[in-house]
Amino acid sequence: MKRLSRREALKRGLLGIAGAASAASAGSIAHAAVVGGVDGAAHPDPHAVMTGGVPAGAGIDPTAFLRHFDYGEVSKRPNGQTVREYQIVALDRDLEVMPGVFYSAWTFDGGVPGPTLRCTEGDLVRVHFRNGGTHQHSMHFHGFHPASMDGVFEQIDPGGSYVYEFEAQPFGLQLYHCHTMPLKRHIAKGLYGAMIIDPKRARPRANEMVMVMNGFDVNFDGENEIYAVNTVPFAYQANPIVLQRGELNRIYLVNVLEFDLLNSMHIHANFFNVYRTGTSLVPSEFTDTISMGQGERHILEFTYDRPGKFMFHAHQSEFAELGWMGVFDVQGSGGPLV
Amino acid sequence: MIRSRTFWFLVPLALLGVLVLIVVKGGTLKRLARGLPPVEELSVDRVRLTPGHIVVDVVNGGPDPVTIAQVMIDEAYWAHTMTPDRTVGRLGRGRIEIPYPWVEGEPHQIKLVTSTGVTFDHEILVAAETPRPDAQYFLVFTLIGLYVGVLPVAIGLLWLPFLKRLERRWIHFALALTAGLLVFLAVEALHEALEMAARVAGAFQGTGLVAIGVLLTWLGLQAFGGPGSRQQGAGDAAAGRMRLAFLIALGIGLHNLGEGLAIGAAYASGAVSLGAFLIVGFMIHNTTEGLGIVAPIAQDAPPLRTLVKAGLLAGGPTILGAWLGGVSYSPLLATLCLAVGAGAILQVIGVLYGALASETKTVWSPLNALGVATGLVLMYATGLLVAS
Repeated sequence: MKRLSRREALKRGLLGIAGAASAASAGSIAHAAVVGGVDGAAHPDPHAVMTGGVPAGAGIDPTAFLRHFDYGEVSKRPNGQTVREYQIVALDRDLEVMPGVFYSAWTFDGGVPGPTLRCTEGDLVRVHFRNGGTHQHSMHFHGFHPASMDGVFEQIDPGGSYVYEFEAQPFGLQLYHCHTMPLKRHIAKGLYGAMIIDPKRARPRANEMVMVMNGFDVNFDGENEIYAVNTVPFAYQANPIVLQRGELNRIYLVNVLEFDLLNSMHIHANFFNVYRTGTSLVPSEFTDTISMGQGERHILEFTYDRPGKFMFHAHQSEFAELGWMGVFDVQGSGGPLV
Repeated sequence: MIRSRTFWFLVPLALLGVLVLIVVKGGTLKRLARGLPPVEELSVDRVRLTPGHIVVDVVNGGPDPVTIAQVMIDEAYWAHTMTPDRTVGRLGRGRIEIPYPWVEGEPHQIKLVTSTGVTFDHEILVAAETPRPDAQYFLVFTLIGLYVGVLPVAIGLLWLPFLKRLERRWIHFALALTAGLLVFLAVEALHEALEMAARVAGAFQGTGLVAIGVLLTWLGLQAFGGPGSRQQGAGDAAAGRMRLAFLIALGIGLHNLGEGLAIGAAYASGAVSLGAFLIVGFMIHNTTEGLGIVAPIAQDAPPLRTLVKAGLLAGGPTILGAWLGGVSYSPLLATLCLAVGAGAILQVIGVLYGALASETKTVWSPLNALGVATGLVLMYATGLLVAS
């Protein structure tokens, strides 16, 4: 409670008088305000909460990013093992993360999140990393690998490079990120991405999408001002994700959100199967809302039986209204699906 | 001779002009700039609430233009429009209009996000519709001014017959007491001016403005407020005392102008709560101001008309300030008004000292010292009623 200064007290007291001395006037003002508060329709178009659409300078095209998988340069070893080689460069980039708002990001390959790497369990993964930034960086992959491939003790100086090599294990939805101290800043500034290790026996065919839940602390006060999936707030509200009625959808959902303990995803008018960390082919849960701490990632599968527009968003309403909100546009017509 | 004097006056100015040109046009600036993002500064000058709408006026008090990219209300991005432009130049102003279903009586937070990601916060403490300056509004503020400014001062003036019946040394005590009251008010006005100055956009230098307001008022009254009481002949003594009374009334009036401004602004911004006790406390507090005005003229027999004039001069500005504060409030204006009030009171204290000095050999007699102390304590004690 703030201590009242004399003038503060004066104001309050006087306003009391104003009310008492002219009850009619004070009353009419209060009434008008209540009316205004209620029927002053303010959020006229839920698509217009943010001023502007998807900014050109965002570093990624959220719609393209959704379904873009980097399988690397493929070759075979004499023993038949598949080798996938990736070239990744760390770059400092000023990204227009929200229309008109520029953030000095650190990126893998110029965008946030970094490219979605995809391979199959047992493949030999070779990532040629080059640090084109101005600070030390590294790449730390979740999964099984030798200590020297962990990206913690081998820090790469600006201009330096390193080759990370490991066998892709275990299958599931993995994460990679920079592991340079201060870790929080290196992650918050954008050095992360998803890595999908497919099981040897492939999952059923589906409309697959990558959603990396992230955010930006644009004023560097240790709290996010922007929340999103795939960087650009409200991107999938401005450009809804088109789904086909009756088709199986699979979302590779990763949470790298810094500063907040929990993040979540909720889809409207539907439920999904959850494959925790993607390490099993049997779903562990059937729900419509899933909460995730930082670094957690799950595969979600669902099918829409009805056409129309359905929202999806973080069920932390605050995150939703600060950008983590989108729309599925389910297309297709006709009677009930059999 | 004159020509050469003008020439030599202009030489440094011309050189300064050349230097500025070199810095601006030459490569110097590029060498000095470090390529860092500019430190942005933006102040919210005024927020108005109309049904379903929030209107925010901003001022850029920093060295560089600021571009407002997004607006957050209560931690949610919100559609809005901005005029005349999203970019507010140095010392420039902008208006943001946000359709928002604000809730009567509840606080709301406004956060402006600039193109560089810097955020500027403003809190609406209690949301209430901003009153329109109509007849009803002016009536309400006239009433407020009457209650707080005019009537208490007028009541205090009615101590005149009582003062008349006092011995001379007790009159001096009353004058000393007035000085004590005014010292208290001056300190308070100065504090409030400096507090308000902190809200003034940086480039407008709020603190410097306080110094200017205080000193210019002091100097102005000193230079043009009439001859000091010490220079007067015996025949002018009564006129001198009357002038002193009016100076005190003017000082208190200018102080009340600042107070009124704050009240008007509070009413406009919706900081409303009922507190009859506070009002009563304030009336008691301000009644002492009336006592201060009549103390110098206790030995005279001023006509009622003169007393009414003095009362209006001291109390009336509360009404004027309240009107002004409600209709067009800005931290800049409020700072200046409070500073002017402080300067006027400081000048009156000096004049009071002169008046006492001309009437007694020992200004700092124990009784007079007690008078100043009593004035201070009286203000403090009645102030406690207000602050509860």
